[in-house]
Amino acid sequence: MGQISLSSVTKTFGDVTVIPPLDLQINDGEFVVFVGPSGCGKSTLLRLIAGLEDISSGQIMIDGKDATDAAPAERRLAMVFQSYALYPHMSVRKNIAFPLKMAKIPQAEQDKKVENAARILNLTNYLDRRPGQLSGGQRQRVAIGRAIVREPAAFLFDEPLSNLDASLRVTMRQEISELHQSLKTTMIYVTHDQVEAMTMADKIVVLNAGNIEQVGSPLELYHHPRNLFVAGFIGSPKMNFVTGAEAARHGCATLGVRPEHLEVTADGPWQGVIGLAEHLGSDTFLKVQVEGVGDLTVRVAGEQGLHHGQTIRLTPPADKLYRFDKGGLAIGGAA
Amino acid sequence: MARKTTPAKTAVVTIAAWTIGFLIFFPILWIIILSFKTEGDAIKSPLQVLTSGWTLHSYAEVQTRSNYALHFWNSVILSLGSTVLALVIAIPAAWAMAFVPGKRTKDLLMWMLSTKMMPAVGVLVPMYLLFRDFGLLDSRIGLVVVLTLINLPIVIWMLYTYFKEIPGEILEAARMDGAGLKSEILYVLTPMAVPGIASTLLLNIILAWNEAFWTLQLTTKNAAPLTQFIASYSSPEGLFYAKLSAASTMAIAPILILGWFSQKQLVRGLTFGAVK
Repeated sequence: MGQISLSSVTKTFGDVTVIPPLDLQINDGEFVVFVGPSGCGKSTLLRLIAGLEDISSGQIMIDGKDATDAAPAERRLAMVFQSYALYPHMSVRKNIAFPLKMAKIPQAEQDKKVENAARILNLTNYLDRRPGQLSGGQRQRVAIGRAIVREPAAFLFDEPLSNLDASLRVTMRQEISELHQSLKTTMIYVTHDQVEAMTMADKIVVLNAGNIEQVGSPLELYHHPRNLFVAGFIGSPKMNFVTGAEAARHGCATLGVRPEHLEVTADGPWQGVIGLAEHLGSDTFLKVQVEGVGDLTVRVAGEQGLHHGQTIRLTPPADKLYRFDKGGLAIGGAA
Repeated sequence: MARKTTPAKTAVVTIAAWTIGFLIFFPILWIIILSFKTEGDAIKSPLQVLTSGWTLHSYAEVQTRSNYALHFWNSVILSLGSTVLALVIAIPAAWAMAFVPGKRTKDLLMWMLSTKMMPAVGVLVPMYLLFRDFGLLDSRIGLVVVLTLINLPIVIWMLYTYFKEIPGEILEAARMDGAGLKSEILYVLTPMAVPGIASTLLLNIILAWNEAFWTLQLTTKNAAPLTQFIASYSSPEGLFYAKLSAASTMAIAPILILGWFSQKQLVRGLTFGAVK
C-alpha cells in the first residue's frame, strides 16, 4: 500500500508562504513526478510528505492514517537524496542494512535482504567498499538499495539524477523506471527536468510558486496544457508563443505552437529568415525570425540542408494550435 | 608561476625556523637539564650548570618527599573525567546548535565564549564558598565539575564547527531510515565527526591537565593533581631549583608524550574543514 493524500497543506517560513493551500491525491503504485522550475516548492513539498519539514497547516494521510504529526521514521517512506546522503563511515553493506538495523530486524534476515537488494542493483561485488570508493552511479544505486530494503509504502526521490553525467542519467532513469515496474510501489519523484518527468511519470504534478498548475499524465499535459505555464514548461524545445495581431486573428491573446508541429513548406503563410540552425543529425532546430509573428523555434526531422540566412515559409498546423486568453488560461484546449 | 627557491633561501628559512623553535622550547629544555643537577649546581651560572656533573638525586628526593603516583593519578582522573563529562554534554549541545539552530544560537555561542574572557579570580570567592558549603573542597568530583565547566565553551565551539561541516542531508537520511535522535547521534553523527571529536578530546585533556588556577585553589592533598605537586616545591623558605625542575619534568612528561604522539591528529582536527 502506498496511498498518500494531502489536504489543504500549507508551508510558511516566517512571513514567506512557500506552499499555499494545496490538495493532492497520490494513488497506490503510481509513479508521480513533481516538476517545476527551481524554487517552485517541489522539494519542499516532498520534504513535507517525508516529515523532514513540519507543515504549517492541513493534513497528510498515508494509507488512510493521519501522518501529519508523525516523525519521518514512522511514515514508512524511504527517500533518495540528490547528494545520495550515504553514510561515509560505513561499508555499502552496512549502508543498505542501516534501516533494517534501526528496525531491529534479526541479523540473518538483514543479510538476506541486503544480498537481495545488492543483486537487483548489481552491487554484489561492492558490498564491502566504502561509498568514497564508488562512482556516482554506484552511489546512487546504494542509496536506492538502502531505500528498497525497507519495503516502504512509498519511495521519495529528490532530484536523484542531477549529480550524474548525461549518459548515466539516461541509464539510471531507465533503471528506476524498471524498478517501479517490478516493485509496483508508489514513487514520488522530484525533478526540474521535464524530460525525466515525461519519460518516467504515470502522473505529473506541475508546480509553480508552490501552486499546482496542473496534474495529469505526460501526454495529457502535452496535448492539453491548462495554461501558459504548463504549455511552456512541458515539451522540448519550448512551445512558441505568439502575441499581437497574429494571435488576435486566431481569437486569443496568446497563440501557442510547438516547434515540432511547424512545417517548412513552399507556400506557408509565415515567411521568415533563419537566424540559427542547430544540426543534431536526427533533427534540426531552427530559430526563425518571422515577419509580423516574432521569433519562432522550429524542429524539422533529419537533415534538410537549411542554413543561416535562408528565407523559408512556415505553415502553422491548423489542428495543433493552442490558444490562451488574457489570463493565460487555455481556451477550449488544443484547437 | 611558482616562486623560485634557491638553496640559500631554504637554508636561511630553515635556520630561522629551528632558532625560533629552539627559543620557544628552551625553558623546558633548561628545566629538564636542571632536574639532573644537585641543588648547589642548579643555582650556578648557566655555563657552570652545563659543565657540572649529572645526577638523579633530585628525582629520588622528590619521590621520597611527595607522593607522585597519587598526584599523577589525580591528574589523570581530573583531565579524563572532565573531558568525558564535557563531551557528553557538548555533543548534543553542538548537535542542536549546528543542525537545528534557533534565532539566538549565534548569541548563545558568543555568550558561552564570553565566559572564557572573565578572569577566573573574579569568581574565586563565591566558588570557594560554594565548594566549602557543599563539602567539595579537595575533592576530585568538585574539580571534575569545575574543569568541565571552564572548558565546556571551547569544547562546544570546536564540536559545533566540526558538526557544521557534516551535510545535514546525511542526518535526514538517518531519520528517514528510522533512526531516532539517539541512534542518529550515536551511529551517524559521532562516527562521522570522529576526527573532530578526537582532537577536541585531546586538546581538552591537555587544557585540563595543565589547568593551574582552580586546581591550586581548591585542593590541598587528596585531590591535588600534578600542578599542586610542582607548586609544593616553591616554598616560603626559598626555591629548590633542582627539585622543582625534577617535579616539573615529571609533571609535564606524560602530557608532552601524549601531545607528541597525537600531534598529527591534533593538527588534522584543528584544521578540519578549513581545507575541505
